[in-house]
Amino acid sequence: MSVRRRVLLAASLTVVLLGAAVAYVVVAGHRANAPAAAASAVDAGPGDRVLFRSTAAAEYGRVGTVARGSEAGVRKLSGLDCDRVYAAAGRGICLRPDGPLATYQLAVLDAGLRVTDTYPLVGVPNRARVSPSGNVLAWTVFVTGDSYNGGRFSTRAGMLNVATGETVDSLELLSIIRDGQPYRAADVNFWGVTFVDDQHFYATMSTAGKRYLVSGDVAAQSVRTLAENVECPSLSPDRTRIAFKEALHGSPAKGWRLTVLDLSSMRRTPLAETRSVDDQAAWYDADTVMYGVRRGTRQSDVWAVPADGTGTPRLLIPDAESPAALGN
Amino acid sequence: MDRPAVGRTDRTRRVAGTVLALGTVSLITDVSSEMVSAILPLYLIAGLGLSPAVYGLIDGLYTGATALLRLVGGYVADRARRRKAVAGIGYGLSAFMKFALLAAGTSVPWLSAAIVADRAGKGLRTAPRDALITLSTPSESLGRAFGVHRAMDTAGAFAGPLVALAVLAASGQAYDAVFVVSGCVALIGVLVLVLFVRDQRGPRPPATTVSLPAAAALLRRRPIRMLLAAAVLLGLSTIGDGFVYLLLQRQENLATGWFPLLAVGTSLTYLTLAVPFGNLADRIGRAPVVLGGYAALLAVYVTLGSGFGGPVTVIVVLFLYGGYYAATDGVLMALAGPLLPAELRTTGLGLIQTGQALAYLVSSVLFGLAWQRWDGIGAIRATAVLAALTLTVAAVLLRSVRRVGDPVG
Repeated sequence: MSVRRRVLLAASLTVVLLGAAVAYVVVAGHRANAPAAAASAVDAGPGDRVLFRSTAAAEYGRVGTVARGSEAGVRKLSGLDCDRVYAAAGRGICLRPDGPLATYQLAVLDAGLRVTDTYPLVGVPNRARVSPSGNVLAWTVFVTGDSYNGGRFSTRAGMLNVATGETVDSLELLSIIRDGQPYRAADVNFWGVTFVDDQHFYATMSTAGKRYLVSGDVAAQSVRTLAENVECPSLSPDRTRIAFKEALHGSPAKGWRLTVLDLSSMRRTPLAETRSVDDQAAWYDADTVMYGVRRGTRQSDVWAVPADGTGTPRLLIPDAESPAALGN
Repeated sequence: MDRPAVGRTDRTRRVAGTVLALGTVSLITDVSSEMVSAILPLYLIAGLGLSPAVYGLIDGLYTGATALLRLVGGYVADRARRRKAVAGIGYGLSAFMKFALLAAGTSVPWLSAAIVADRAGKGLRTAPRDALITLSTPSESLGRAFGVHRAMDTAGAFAGPLVALAVLAASGQAYDAVFVVSGCVALIGVLVLVLFVRDQRGPRPPATTVSLPAAAALLRRRPIRMLLAAAVLLGLSTIGDGFVYLLLQRQENLATGWFPLLAVGTSLTYLTLAVPFGNLADRIGRAPVVLGGYAALLAVYVTLGSGFGGPVTVIVVLFLYGGYYAATDGVLMALAGPLLPAELRTTGLGLIQTGQALAYLVSSVLFGLAWQRWDGIGAIRATAVLAALTLTVAAVLLRSVRRVGDPVG
């Protein structure tokens, strides 16, 4: 082939390939601009409702509520977009993008899902929780920079007390008691906070290849390990049990099993959900936990399963994730 | 003005068309691969909702296996005398994996498989590509040829994240659009390779010249043995970008959001210095330039271990670090090329690259352990001592190589 012909061939095929790329970008852009469902005033205060983040195409990322008892029915949608959302006692937390790529923000929400304050976050939002009083917000973000353990992940978990202004920038700053002994290591990571009250919480701590359930005390600035292989704890409304994901055979590579830990006996009960659930579960009521299950790259559904290991999982809210029971 | 004649002709000699074509392929391919690198953590965590632990597992799949593939790819390319074909398979594999990432959906095993295949493609193509550069360039201007190639390569790496940002902005944060654009761009790279890179096939060598015993016999040649030993030793003193930036960030208390900018600073220096350092290597000798590069790396470690702070430190560290890359990455290949017989050149380059990559794996693990034991500052000080030792021994080893490898100096 002559140089001229090769150049012509290269140019025309390049045009075709770039054309295909541009066409895909345009189509993808329009997909995101699908006619949005009308936003309405959404009551996120205490009541018989479940708050969630929608993953339906026309309302992707929008926060809404459904009535308890008819979760698959009519949904009320706000105009608010979040990656992760949670609310309790009339206060909400919304983790959402802030500018391009790796910058995010924490938005503090009132009972009407209006943003009352924002704080910058560096890292990808992963978990969000609010204390039962509505005063303390906790978040977990994923940070890619810390490659001290051979390019593996790193998380930052922090808390903000809206009532007092007190903050814990990173749980890594608290002193650690592991198996009764003071412990220090460079590879400690925390994620998945769940609150007892404004001062006390549970969370996951990982170090030296193991993941622990820790109980923390903000006033004492300390955390202590309680059990091994407990991730993303979620405390039951009566504060006696913890729902969590247990890594199969201790290895997250093999997937997880939703499990409930009784805090007085430390007995573990695997739940009837046998799919691997990679989410921080939330309590629907004292007897039921709910959690997101992925169905594709963007779609997700919220499922519910009895907390005592019986029964079968049921689809609770289609096209939704990040559920929070607004309850009391 | 009594400059050596060779030096003067070097500066006016044009870089071979094949080198420019390979540079263009690398530029386009790096735009494609860095687009994906920039958004992969976001896609896996925020897009697919995988937990950080799973991301760590997938990311940790970067193993010694792909390092060994360089050696395998090199030998196969020499054996079949088809360096372009093997490089093309490597580039093609990486291109198709961009689409495979999309097709894998949320399946962790498939995502992992696609990422491993992408890295295997990179392992496969590197040695044949560098062999093509050495075979199409007269040995006295190899430094310049590699300098031009690496500068083009880095320019692509620089542009990749920006293109990814533009695609995300234009598509309403659609990660799948980034993968599709990245795949199309990678295919354009393969196209340029197929149409514009010429393989150097030459007359078929006697059947025994490219065989496993012949490849093993490379190690019986003293200069090659010395060079490989020096490359492995120097590889042992490198700890990886992540660690360097992390130490810098800790020392300066930089917000994590600045992390990507540290890499930008290094790339810019690399990009600017690659061609001048390549020219310098052709003039004063390649071994001194490579050693100078590792001396710059040692200076980076000493600065990080000294506890000095301030914006000046950040700039000095990034400048030295980019300079280290510019003085070593391509120049080492330019040093190795003429030492290796043409029919086994890809195998030889693959051997040196594999030796370096494995040494780097070992040093990363050791550095991680040292970090656990002594904290970051203690670990970097220990590395500085190690780097001073390896640099000294490597300098002695490379003295015997210089006379053979460098036409000038």
